[in-house]
Amino acid sequence: MMPVRFLSGDLPRGRVLMALLIAIAAGLALAPFLFPGAKALNVAAKICIFIVLVASFDLLLGYTGIFSFAHTMFFGIGAYGVAIALNGLGPTWTAVAAGLGGALVLSLALSLVIGLFSLRVKAIFYAMITLAVATAFQTLASQMSDFTGGEDGLSFKVPELLSSAFSLSDKPFLGVSLDGRLIAYYLLAAATLVLFLVMLRIVNSPFGRVLQAIRENPFRAEALGYRTVVYRTASNVLSAGFATLAGAMLALWLRYNGPDTSLSFEIMMNILLMVVIGGMGTMYGAVVGTTLFIIAENYLQDLLKLASGAASGVPVLRGVVDPDRWLLWLGLLFVLSVYKFPAGIVGKLRARLRGAG
Amino acid sequence: MSEQLPMLSPAATAPKVDKLPTVRLDRLPLLLLPALALAALPLVGSVSTWVTLTFAGLAMGMIIFIMASGLTLVFGLMDVFNFGHGVFITLGAFLAVSVLTSMPTWTESERLSVNLLALAPALLVAMALTGGLGFIFERTLIRPVYGQPLKQIMITMGGMIVGQELIKVAWGPQALPLPLPAAFRGSLVMGEAAVEKYRLIAVALGLLVFAAMSWVLGRTKIGLLIRAGVQDREMVESLGYRIRRLFVGVFVAGSALAGLGGVMWGLYQQTVSPTIGAEVNVLLFIVIIIGGLGSVGGCFIGALLVGLVGNYAGFLAPKVALFSDILLMVAVLSWRPQGLYPVVKR
Repeated sequence: MMPVRFLSGDLPRGRVLMALLIAIAAGLALAPFLFPGAKALNVAAKICIFIVLVASFDLLLGYTGIFSFAHTMFFGIGAYGVAIALNGLGPTWTAVAAGLGGALVLSLALSLVIGLFSLRVKAIFYAMITLAVATAFQTLASQMSDFTGGEDGLSFKVPELLSSAFSLSDKPFLGVSLDGRLIAYYLLAAATLVLFLVMLRIVNSPFGRVLQAIRENPFRAEALGYRTVVYRTASNVLSAGFATLAGAMLALWLRYNGPDTSLSFEIMMNILLMVVIGGMGTMYGAVVGTTLFIIAENYLQDLLKLASGAASGVPVLRGVVDPDRWLLWLGLLFVLSVYKFPAGIVGKLRARLRGAG
Repeated sequence: MSEQLPMLSPAATAPKVDKLPTVRLDRLPLLLLPALALAALPLVGSVSTWVTLTFAGLAMGMIIFIMASGLTLVFGLMDVFNFGHGVFITLGAFLAVSVLTSMPTWTESERLSVNLLALAPALLVAMALTGGLGFIFERTLIRPVYGQPLKQIMITMGGMIVGQELIKVAWGPQALPLPLPAAFRGSLVMGEAAVEKYRLIAVALGLLVFAAMSWVLGRTKIGLLIRAGVQDREMVESLGYRIRRLFVGVFVAGSALAGLGGVMWGLYQQTVSPTIGAEVNVLLFIVIIIGGLGSVGGCFIGALLVGLVGNYAGFLAPKVALFSDILLMVAVLSWRPQGLYPVVKR
């Protein structure tokens, strides 16, 4: 049973969900060939990056029951690490490694300190402390303009292999030119697959079971002899590490990084929406939620344009279906998710299976 | 039992038992404010600049207090932390734009009394509508998730996203100007110190709100129940009071205060964007953490401290001013980890 081992014994469970996941995986794997054009490739790359980011947030929120506002801070550290290194040292792989290494060290140290100091307190206090830290970090990043490029951010060159100037062969393959962007995309997709499987492995290990026990009943977990602070801190550090890797992937793909692309509070809200809509406490939820959200972000507007064209005569309705109000609909979906199906889309699909069987 | 009482306290000859012991006022945090102001004086150098800065800081602190006071009470009473508090502030500010721009002859008049008459309906409309929204918010969003902190965080954030988008539907996504009424502009010059007129109004209003809140909380039955509920919710419930109903009242009042604060904050900033509330949210959290979650007095002092430190730092070291709130929070929490006035329950 090779595939079962690959997925750490944690199968999607549910025919519809399985089909959905296969469709997403296939879509991402063949994206450059199925959906030609720069925009489609960008959307696919963004889905890959955010799958890692959202899954790492799910590790914290869904599996351990910790709500942190500082998750984008670690995402930003990863992106800034790569950006600053490539900007300073030139477009080499050594620079990528140096930037990523430095960012990882900083993230792990920071998350360890925050965790040890403040994970003993109640959920709400932790949320507030992380919010304050994240805000301070964002201000810091935009102020140290010599180092981070300030509000303008940093544009930089990536190693030649990944740049659009690099070409594998002159002849296009199946109508797609084999340039560095394609290589970069497949590098991201491969990294996403590996990181996702590693996280799936973590949550299905004995360690992951302890995290879930702490989520369900921290008092009881402590009584059983698990030091909850240690486990919660470990979960915090792990998820910060994966978020940092996702940030590095983002910087490599965009060849740019600034406060708005990786640190903003908006991204924090977005990944919260993705986790909850997809389904907390299931790694597959991160995949489904991210894909749905990012496709909605990019294409729901087109759909709403049609709707607002149809509703142009009705004043209030026209405002509500305005293409720029796509977040309103996802916000409503989010609120509904929290109440009606807390396990998200994935939980819903699984529950249906259980009901039928 | 009553016969044993004298034995328990042999020295009970002095105090008579006819009066309940009053709560001793913790004076140390109160001293922080004058201490901070005096410490800043030699650093700033000139007295007139210092007066201007101090007054500006107090005014900003008052507005922050108005916005934050509801948040701290709501948390103290029901352990509900409303991350969506900012949306009430935004709504208040936008309502002020609508009301004030609809009566230009009143706001453009040079007479202070007419201007105040224009401000009054703006404040009242904002308070009424944000209070109403608070009622709906509590009913639909918060009520189903009592006692589930993780869900509360998420649901109130979701409420903020939806509310913010609906505000964009109503007023459009762009920032709107909110000019001060004519007589509020400019400043009074006292000696060499200049004090902006609007800040005087803000300080007056802030003191009024604080006095009213102190009176309600300290001198009325409702206030007694609220304070008792903050200390021990279950005891109040077991005495037969419906804490849920009390809480709805506090939530509505807190939302209305946020709306009032939103009007003042909008006028202070003079532009109103759909994210004005979300931006100030973090500051409010810092203030109520500094004050001690659930404590109104602590919130008042915390807000004034944040305002003063922000203004002094902005003058002395503008780069540091961006972090002054967080540094202040760290300093206060390392002195008193539960905030200035810890609430007994926690």
